Amino acid sequence: MAQIIGLPKLSPTMEEGVLVRWTKKEGDKVSPGDLVAEVETDKANMDFNIEDEGVLLKFLVKEGETVKLGAPVAIIGKAGEDVAALVEQAKAGGSGGAAAPAPAKPADGKPAKGAEDSASAPAARREPREATRPEQDQTGKAAVKPAAKSAAAAARPAPAKPTAGAKAAPAAPAAATASAAAPGRLLASPLAKTLAIELGIDLRQVTGTGPGGRIVERDVRAAAENAGKSNGHGSDDDRAEAAAHDGGAGDGDAGEGDAGDGDSAEPAEDDRAGEARAAAPPRAAATSQALTVRARPVAQDADSDGDWTDAPASSMRKRIASRMTEAKRDVPHIYLMRELDAAPLLAYRQRLNDLLGDKPGGLKISVNDLVIKATALALRRMPECNASWQGDAIRQFHRVHIGVAVAIPEGLVTPVVRDADAKGIGSIAAEIKDLADRARKRALKVHEINGSTFSVSNLGMFGIERFTAIINPPEAGILAVGAVRDLPVVAAGSVVAGKRMTVTMSCDHRVIDGATGARWLTVLAELIEKPESLAL
Amino acid sequence: MPVISYREALNQAMREEMERDPDVFIMGEEVGHYNGAYKVTQGLLQRFSERRIVDAPIAEMGFTGIGVGAAMVGLRPIVEFMTFNFSLVAIDQIINNAAKIYQMSGGQYHVPIVFRGPGGPAVQVGSQHSQALESFYAHVPGLKVVMPSTALDAKGLLKTAIRDDNPVVFIEGETLYNTTWEVPDGDLLIPLGQADVKREGADITLIAWSKMVWTCLDAARQLADDGIDCEVVDIRSLRPLDVDTLAGSVRKTGRCVVVEIGWPVAGFGAEIAYQMQRLCMDSLDAPIERVTSDDVPMPYAKNLEDEVQPQVVDVVAAVRRALYLD
Repeated sequence: MAQIIGLPKLSPTMEEGVLVRWTKKEGDKVSPGDLVAEVETDKANMDFNIEDEGVLLKFLVKEGETVKLGAPVAIIGKAGEDVAALVEQAKAGGSGGAAAPAPAKPADGKPAKGAEDSASAPAARREPREATRPEQDQTGKAAVKPAAKSAAAAARPAPAKPTAGAKAAPAAPAAATASAAAPGRLLASPLAKTLAIELGIDLRQVTGTGPGGRIVERDVRAAAENAGKSNGHGSDDDRAEAAAHDGGAGDGDAGEGDAGDGDSAEPAEDDRAGEARAAAPPRAAATSQALTVRARPVAQDADSDGDWTDAPASSMRKRIASRMTEAKRDVPHIYLMRELDAAPLLAYRQRLNDLLGDKPGGLKISVNDLVIKATALALRRMPECNASWQGDAIRQFHRVHIGVAVAIPEGLVTPVVRDADAKGIGSIAAEIKDLADRARKRALKVHEINGSTFSVSNLGMFGIERFTAIINPPEAGILAVGAVRDLPVVAAGSVVAGKRMTVTMSCDHRVIDGATGARWLTVLAELIEKPESLAL
Repeated sequence: MPVISYREALNQAMREEMERDPDVFIMGEEVGHYNGAYKVTQGLLQRFSERRIVDAPIAEMGFTGIGVGAAMVGLRPIVEFMTFNFSLVAIDQIINNAAKIYQMSGGQYHVPIVFRGPGGPAVQVGSQHSQALESFYAHVPGLKVVMPSTALDAKGLLKTAIRDDNPVVFIEGETLYNTTWEVPDGDLLIPLGQADVKREGADITLIAWSKMVWTCLDAARQLADDGIDCEVVDIRSLRPLDVDTLAGSVRKTGRCVVVEIGWPVAGFGAEIAYQMQRLCMDSLDAPIERVTSDDVPMPYAKNLEDEVQPQVVDVVAAVRRALYLD
């Protein structure tokens, strides 16, 4: 049977993605693992590999569209299957049409259990009492219980039905009540909503197990666990449930949008709110109104008078914004600057490049490559700077992975040169060239941008003399490299022409004190001013 | 550390404070020669003489008024009500004089007085003598309301209450006098307005005071068998109320049950539930549950008396509702 495929979680922090390109056509046959699309996430362009087998019957998203995590992107099934109903369902979900009915579950032949559940609930209040228990001390302190009433107070109800692991395995009763919930409302506890935002879970995809289908904490946690296991694809049941919920997602989803990052790609919210009000019972209507968010027009604000326009922030931009704000706010930075004699480094580089020759497309060593090698070696020599603040511990990394800041038109990425201390200058240069090229094409894989232990940022090519960089947590330091400048310097008592370069080390003061950082810069200076040692 | 009863702890607190401060005296029915209706003032008459241990006639309005007047002129009276049910006879003195004189005199008169005695239902003493009146007093600005659950809290809180420059309503658990706890010798002061986590847990917060703390601890122990980890927080004083500790716990667990032995309507638990939903909205996974006595005057029959009051089974049921387990 045909089913809707949702946008899977392709990076740990993604909440939405831009479907950059379909790599298959409608009608193509696919099997698990096939690449069907490229998706721009907050981190990189990711491959969307399908996990199901069948024929791609219908694409629900056009190239370039922004899609929320879990939202429908395609329908897969057997060739020739009629997908009209599913398309309708997906549309209803996508636009949050609150009035749409939610018939999916009963159609499976499973009875809606909600009614009988709620009918039996009140009976639990007073259970028959059994014999009393012997009194015990529950606190470890020598205590006796209140003298009077203790017998009655200690009376136990009849043995409850087995509940071991009731919390641990919360998903068991899933699907019991959700489909029986009143249509037109997505019910979720405040904690479930908070958690869904934190964990990047789309509540429309979650089956509520609370009264009336309310989504509660355990449901969101179960969904997060599932998402972790299956990379965003739910089981068939989940999908059917999701479809059921999509029909009634109106205001709940709007509430999410409000707390989330405000997404420009969704259709006008006003219509949705209207529908929700029309469909919901009177009490629910009030809430739905309260939860409704304003539509957020981007780039065409009526107030602008043509004086300004708002360009929607890309997911990379949002990511940079939140990461940098967090780092600058939470990491106590100190900055240590040191001017280095760059003449030996330039001469060394010249000798290396002479050796490499002038082949077209051949490798060239840059100053930055040498600085990265020097940085890595300095970290190997002073591992206390190759570290990270862990709240109650300082983690010292045993390997040296250097993050290299690369500017690209959309922003900034920091691909990682792993074990840079152990690599030759030539291989570092080749690797950085490859990483930077692919960074500009947004073709880096997640593992290529994760896991750096220290970073280097170089603005020398723009003529910047020196600057201070923001640390990239959880790292404890970043080196900002300025341009090599011709300066008069004093050598052997007389002023001569010299080459100078200023480096600025930003240190996380929780990990690296000023003196420690200064000693590290001394090690670095020695490596750069005697560059032959880079080969040792 | 010595293990002493709640009754002894109160006695120690008063004895120590009377030895420390000659302005402290006790007044009430049967506090002297009879050693107190619940023997809380045992031996104090012998130690301090009739000048400072004053047996009063059965006239609560009168001796409470004398106490308020004594406090206004600089003494530190401890007025004992045989039970707090009888404080209703004197409630005009407590609410209209003790609680208001500091404000109405423009700060010229402090009223450093403690009203103490047992409260809450006991066993088969009829509806007029089986009520929890803390919600009445907690309603009144100008009063502090303290309700210890253990001997340790009883001693530390009563000593602090005696030293407080404002009127303190100190309601003891009528069925707690024989309970024991480890209590250090000597000067023990517990500040008013500090809740105490009596049991740490991760899944749900039970908020209670006085005897209901014990009921919650029993329920928590029983629920632990089902893998449910309850945190039990004893507010210790209703006024001032330590909302920070309560909210911290509720934010941690995401669920809350407020348990009180009083009636449901306008009970103090409703105030706590309000504060918690306001402070912890985004952390709540379920509506805050309350467990109270039934909304009736206390029956005399033993079986009905038990039925009316919150029992472990009621707390367990409320916890399971808040965890969506039933």
